[in-house]
Amino acid sequence: MQNHAYRSRQLGLPLAAVFAAIVLAVGTLFGSSGVANAQQSTASSNRIWQDLKGDVFGDRAILVDSGVVRIEAPKRAQDAAIVPVDIYIDPAKAPDGIKSVTLIIDVNPAPVAATFQIGKDAGVTHLSTRVRVDDYSYLRAIAETQGGALHMAQTFVKASGGCSAPAVKNQDEAMATMGQMKLRQFPPQETMTKAQELQLMIRHPNNSGLQRNPLTQYFIPAHFVQKLSVSQADRLILSMEGGISISEDPNFRFDFTAHGTGQIQVEAIDTDGKVFRHQWPLEVTGL
Amino acid sequence: MPIDRIRRKLVNGFACTAVSAAMLPCCLGRAAVAAAYGLEFKLRKVADGVFAFQGIDELMSAANQGAISNLGVVVGTDAVAVIDSGGSLIEANALIAAIGKISAKPVRYLINTHMHPDHVFGNAAFRQIGATIIGHHNLPRALEARGAFYLRNFREQIGDALIKGIEIIPPTMLVDDRLQLDLGGRVLELQAWKAAHTDNDLTVFDSATRTLFAGDLVFIGSLPTLDGSLLGWLRQMDALAAIGAVRVVPGHGPVPADWPAALTAQRRYFEILARDVRKAIADGMPLREAVRTAGASERGNWHLFDDYNERNATAAFAELEWE
Repeated sequence: MQNHAYRSRQLGLPLAAVFAAIVLAVGTLFGSSGVANAQQSTASSNRIWQDLKGDVFGDRAILVDSGVVRIEAPKRAQDAAIVPVDIYIDPAKAPDGIKSVTLIIDVNPAPVAATFQIGKDAGVTHLSTRVRVDDYSYLRAIAETQGGALHMAQTFVKASGGCSAPAVKNQDEAMATMGQMKLRQFPPQETMTKAQELQLMIRHPNNSGLQRNPLTQYFIPAHFVQKLSVSQADRLILSMEGGISISEDPNFRFDFTAHGTGQIQVEAIDTDGKVFRHQWPLEVTGL
Repeated sequence: MPIDRIRRKLVNGFACTAVSAAMLPCCLGRAAVAAAYGLEFKLRKVADGVFAFQGIDELMSAANQGAISNLGVVVGTDAVAVIDSGGSLIEANALIAAIGKISAKPVRYLINTHMHPDHVFGNAAFRQIGATIIGHHNLPRALEARGAFYLRNFREQIGDALIKGIEIIPPTMLVDDRLQLDLGGRVLELQAWKAAHTDNDLTVFDSATRTLFAGDLVFIGSLPTLDGSLLGWLRQMDALAAIGAVRVVPGHGPVPADWPAALTAQRRYFEILARDVRKAIADGMPLREAVRTAGASERGNWHLFDDYNERNATAAFAELEWE
């Protein structure tokens, strides 16, 4: 049953550019030596970004730390497979509204982790998710306003020490439960606002496909959720495209402003073309 | 203090890396190898024909030669089996040399208890001496997904010199459920577990002496690390406890320890961690906040608590959210 529009066509970024960036980065990280270099620093992360940004954003100007967008992540990743990241948008600083936010992890084999489109009047000001981080890296959030201006915020994450790797912990379980979804709804925290919070959880191994088998040197096949949309009564709240560095069991928590009492609808499509759909009644908060 | 002695001897051994570590076993006799690496790589006798090396409670580093996990040796009348290869080739070769001092039987098997670097980075040294490498049926897949990351990540942590020559070598003999390994005069029982510490945990039980090599399914004193499934670990704790051993060689911590009393502390830690994380989830607390406090009451009870607790809480949160 497809009773709502899936708005994957409204991408701000041409997919070709994203894939060009991925190919470029793979070439950089897995050069002829076959083994990636030692750990990255802020300087080397920045160098990767300088090479990368033209492929993703062309020669458009990117305003840094303008206050429109903010990004937070732990200074040290505790578990390289599950690094929580929070992106905040300040609506007062972008009166024409934010169209999309691109999340970039410089040193990952595919740096463009995901691009989120934000529905008009959806009221999204905060989005948190979890990502895999391969190495010491900047995480960057680049917001595009409706008017086409780009604003960036960044935060540096040190990769975890020890043996936590950015890989699926329990592969059998991940495959057995794939496609299950859960939606949690949180009432508004302050009585003055109508925004409530949703947390969407999807069971999926979300293999990036960019891990190389050390024996054969072949890449392990990609299998991840590459398109996702969350709507209320056919009205887009948030969509995602890319998703390559999002942690296993993709998890998104965000605020939004409900319009009426229509259902929350979710559609996810993975790289195998599997489609997962679910819908839930909106929990009316009684305000 | 034994830990200091072990470390010193390992560091002494490090001085001879000018001679290719890989060349040593084939070009020199065992005694010469032992001399090269220092005779003090101490294998403790824990039972008749059963020996263990106790790693130190630290993160792997150049200074400790990666020798942070416990290793085991079981000697039969025909062959020797080794449990885990250690965190470097230096350590693995020191182990092989030490085995040469206690038995002339061939090292026929190397059993990897799971995927982590401190247990498998020495594998190449055992391939070199012709040992068959045995592991959980999930181990090749797990190493495939992580091997390149481990080699890159640990180069920084343990240094270029120590990582040189280390290869990710998967097992060629796989354990689906259980496997009996006849060493002559004694049979080892290998058991593959469902996801717990990792999704490729394997235990080794020597029924002759009722000694259990638990790998990292058992931590004592050093904080357990969670890289598989908290619920799976808790669910299998009773089955673990039911193994009819009188002593255990844990993956980390004192060697040997009483069985099943050795499980008490880690079970308490996991139950407290699960309780705290469940409460945070019920309260709607985000992961980032929850991991700062979950399990905190256990801080005083464990080595390496600050290195691993938040990581465990992170993994536990992501898992328990689905309950």
